[in-house]
Amino acid sequence: MTTLAPTARLPRLEHSGRIAFHRVLLSEWTKLRSVRSTLWSLGVGFLLTIAFPIIFAFVTSSHWGSMSPQDRADRHPLDIALAGVNVAQLAIAVLGVLLISAEYSTGSIRSTFTAVPKRLPVLWAKVIDFAVVSFVLAVPAVLVSFFASQTILAKHDILQISFSAPGVARSVIGGAVYVMLVGIFALAIGAIVRNTAGGIATFAGIFFVLPPLMFTLPQSWNNAISQYLPSEAGRQIFALDHAAHTLRPLTGGLVFVAYCAAAIAIAAVLLVRRDV
Amino acid sequence: MIEARDLTKDYGAKRAVDGLSFTVQPGIVTGFLGPNGSGKSTTMRLILGLDAPTHGDVTVNGRHYRDHAAPLHEVGALLEARSVHTGRSAYNHLLALAETHGIPKRRVTELIDLVGLHEVARKRTGQFSLGMGQRLGIAQALLGDPKTVMLDEPVNGLDPEGIHWIRNLLKGLAGEGRTVFVSSHLMSEMALTADHLIVIGRGKLIADTSVDDFVARASQKVVLVRSPELQRLRETLAGPSVSFESAERGALEVHGLTAEQVGEAAAEAGIALHELTPQQASLEEAFMNLTRDELEFASDLEEAAA
Repeated sequence: MTTLAPTARLPRLEHSGRIAFHRVLLSEWTKLRSVRSTLWSLGVGFLLTIAFPIIFAFVTSSHWGSMSPQDRADRHPLDIALAGVNVAQLAIAVLGVLLISAEYSTGSIRSTFTAVPKRLPVLWAKVIDFAVVSFVLAVPAVLVSFFASQTILAKHDILQISFSAPGVARSVIGGAVYVMLVGIFALAIGAIVRNTAGGIATFAGIFFVLPPLMFTLPQSWNNAISQYLPSEAGRQIFALDHAAHTLRPLTGGLVFVAYCAAAIAIAAVLLVRRDV
Repeated sequence: MIEARDLTKDYGAKRAVDGLSFTVQPGIVTGFLGPNGSGKSTTMRLILGLDAPTHGDVTVNGRHYRDHAAPLHEVGALLEARSVHTGRSAYNHLLALAETHGIPKRRVTELIDLVGLHEVARKRTGQFSLGMGQRLGIAQALLGDPKTVMLDEPVNGLDPEGIHWIRNLLKGLAGEGRTVFVSSHLMSEMALTADHLIVIGRGKLIADTSVDDFVARASQKVVLVRSPELQRLRETLAGPSVSFESAERGALEVHGLTAEQVGEAAAEAGIALHELTPQQASLEEAFMNLTRDELEFASDLEEAAA
């Protein structure tokens, strides 16, 4: 198992390359696919996105007969189809934080930055690789969710909506865009906080603690401020109806993208300036 | 070649590296020696640009490490702290690093074979023993066929066979004209491997010398004397820089004086000597003396300031 090569001579490397961005992209992709916990998180996120709408659709159709008109009116086919997004975002966020915080906790960041000492290409490559992977997985997940939940509901002839109806395709694909952006935002937080527990706590604070906290504010303040929170602005990307005191889908999406860009920018500045 | 000029690093109020200037030359093995916590690992992190110096500067092969287009071909480094993701296999760890420079896969396999990790290459490194982790680190350092090899405590956790292997490897690398910079807290290890020594204590340069000079200088001032009047001899020789160690019955080890000085002082006082022998201090003792002086000096200063 531990037999050393008999000669202690280092074989020469025939040709030498230099750092290039496409090579860093490939390197980060190798890292992403070669850790088992990463693959598990992605798999769980994918399955939850599909499983929740299917369960939700079954439960709704089996209880439909005993539901009050009020309850029936509150059910919306897209809420069912995209029920998994809210759960999947947590899996993706945890993974986003881990992609960088685990490099610090294991010390592999020192190897990474020794290979790419300018550091920033590593951050861009991580963001791009993770965005592509999460989007490529989320799109089929939301499409399957939509058509599967509609098929289940169709058996009882309830809550039918066409994919070509206004705003539906945008909402469904928007669910995948949202999941991808959440991953980018979480990755940036991981890079800023550099600690797994701290990164996940920070993400949870911003996404799950801050919004309900807004209800302690006077109503008019809450109405004015809440719509600009990252979670609330981002949610509009996959909301079909435009509720009061919320941003329009495109505006909300742009606000969330701006939050992601700002978080990445802070992460980039700190990445270059801090000691490893 | 590594060139440090007035290299200084503070962590908060603590100065870890203090005005270090030295040059590590190609073609020889340079030992970087100092007690644990003396700033060796920090210096190496500064060389790699992982930490930024508070002031001063350090370059590798004429440039800052981060300004090289292909840093893995310039410096191959083994850091003391673990720097591998525990959930990734040795093969994938090396592959990801190789890919940043377009180094082919067969080079990864070649290095894994060289350090004897072939059978565990696909296992997660979290299951590795200390010695296996160390071998992986050595493979990583050599991956890019670097002009400069920098290893922090490479023999840690290696078995005798591995230690022997790495000594030969380092000498071979230096023989090919590469710069080889190896840290250790063990003088005896360095004496077997290194040609030149850079010794630090508390972040400061204590010595920058060839191994031969270091040994010669360090062993000059220990003298074994045998005399029927040891007590009177002690009183005669006593001075601020002189210390004594009792050897066997009737003998005394005098530190801080040459054999000539001891003999003349004894003659003046009319003390008969039965033996007067300059001692070849062990390297470990020489190193301890050197660093102990530095530590005592520093703590005296601190007490004076307090």
